[in-house]
Amino acid sequence: MEKPSRALQTLNVVAAILMLAAIGLVFFYAPEELVMGQVQRIFYFHVSSAWVGFLAFFVTVVAGVLYLRSGKMLWDRVGSASVEVGLLFSISAGVAGAIWARPIWNTWWTWDPRLTTYTIMALIYIAYLMLRQGIEDPDRRARFAAVYGIVGFISVPITYMSIRWWRTIHPVVIGVASADAKGQFAMTSPMLVTFLFSLFAFTVLYFCFLFNRLRLSRLEERVEQLKAELAAA
Amino acid sequence: MPTESAPAPAQPRATALPMASASARLRHYGRSVGAVLWKDLSAELRSKELISAMLVFALLVILIFNFALELDRTGRENVAAGILWVTTAFTGTLGLNRSLAQEKDRGSLDGLLLAPVDRSALYFGKALGNLLFILTIQVIMLPVFTVLFDVNMVQPMLLLVVVLGAVGYSAVGTLLASLAVHSRSRDVMLPILLFPVALPVLVSAVRATGGVLTAAAWDQIYPWLNLLLVYDVIFVAMAFMVFDFVVEE
Repeated sequence: MEKPSRALQTLNVVAAILMLAAIGLVFFYAPEELVMGQVQRIFYFHVSSAWVGFLAFFVTVVAGVLYLRSGKMLWDRVGSASVEVGLLFSISAGVAGAIWARPIWNTWWTWDPRLTTYTIMALIYIAYLMLRQGIEDPDRRARFAAVYGIVGFISVPITYMSIRWWRTIHPVVIGVASADAKGQFAMTSPMLVTFLFSLFAFTVLYFCFLFNRLRLSRLEERVEQLKAELAAA
Repeated sequence: MPTESAPAPAQPRATALPMASASARLRHYGRSVGAVLWKDLSAELRSKELISAMLVFALLVILIFNFALELDRTGRENVAAGILWVTTAFTGTLGLNRSLAQEKDRGSLDGLLLAPVDRSALYFGKALGNLLFILTIQVIMLPVFTVLFDVNMVQPMLLLVVVLGAVGYSAVGTLLASLAVHSRSRDVMLPILLFPVALPVLVSAVRATGGVLTAAAWDQIYPWLNLLLVYDVIFVAMAFMVFDFVVEE
């Protein structure tokens, strides 16, 4: 088995160090929030994961466009790898959010526009993976995945608008007042530093996962090739 | 069932004219769209299998809702808009699935693709066919709803909502059905691909319908119509741009 490249090894180490540092900042540097207490600390990783999820799906769209323009398989691999990593982060953002929301909002979940849109976006990219699984021909799979990745992403802002209006135009459906308003807090500067650092660390972690996933798909391809050669021999 | 599976007749007159004027090309394009649409309509007029299946399915969905939701008089008014569009969404996937699966199973998709016309003309022909099927079902459903739910659904304003919603749904639905038809589990695939993407259509169509039914003020209905229109324009343009990649074989 080929060793991961020097650059990838470095990236792995850097990502690990950054994540450790981020955990350190969250627990030991950032002050305890006055109203919400310890549970507020999850906010740093929650927002960072959500951001990475969004970034990852956006990378998929860009990779899809590049694939359709150039026909290079590399972009297809980037697109699908990014979706897998993105789903991982969006699920962890959802779980972290629920843990925070339970004591603060007194519920695991609300149909707030941001939550709902985010979930729908994740569902679109789960569908993306299922579509890929159902298509044998690699060329067609790449084309269809690129098309669906782009179409799905374009619907996300419209979904967000429609759900937000649904809330504001018909106040009947709102149980409590604006869900956003609950759990608002002002960040002190150590909090801001921790927050920005977490965002940075998670972004590096995303690229670390992405490149490792890309290496994995290269290896998968190699295995397929070897199998085919063996079968032919 | 022995329906004809011949591809749309190519029109050699107009195709060999690269220098043809823009209006001639546009006419040719229009004729190609019309040919695909006409092929679907005449096949359906002879067999009537799709419309009848969609209609019965729609009635069954309404029936199930009636039992699932325990609708009393006030409840009915509130949820009628929602039921109308859920029924449309479910019934629509039946039609969308069939319209592409039929072509593929009979091998006529390849024939269509061989026709010397712009690929997007095939898309618009198909999408218009699907739109007509969905609209037909909805136009039949509106009086049925009026009778069963005791709310007046036969209103001109509602027709506008129905058309705007159906355009968006069939535009994105036809595009995604042509993806789903090539996947292994295609019948299951389409709703999974379509529902999350078509959600804004459903949300705004339900809201607009509800607004019309409760005789809400115009400024409560207008944003939803606006959003439907925006969605329709974006996704028709989107499909026009990417359809070539879907059928490029």
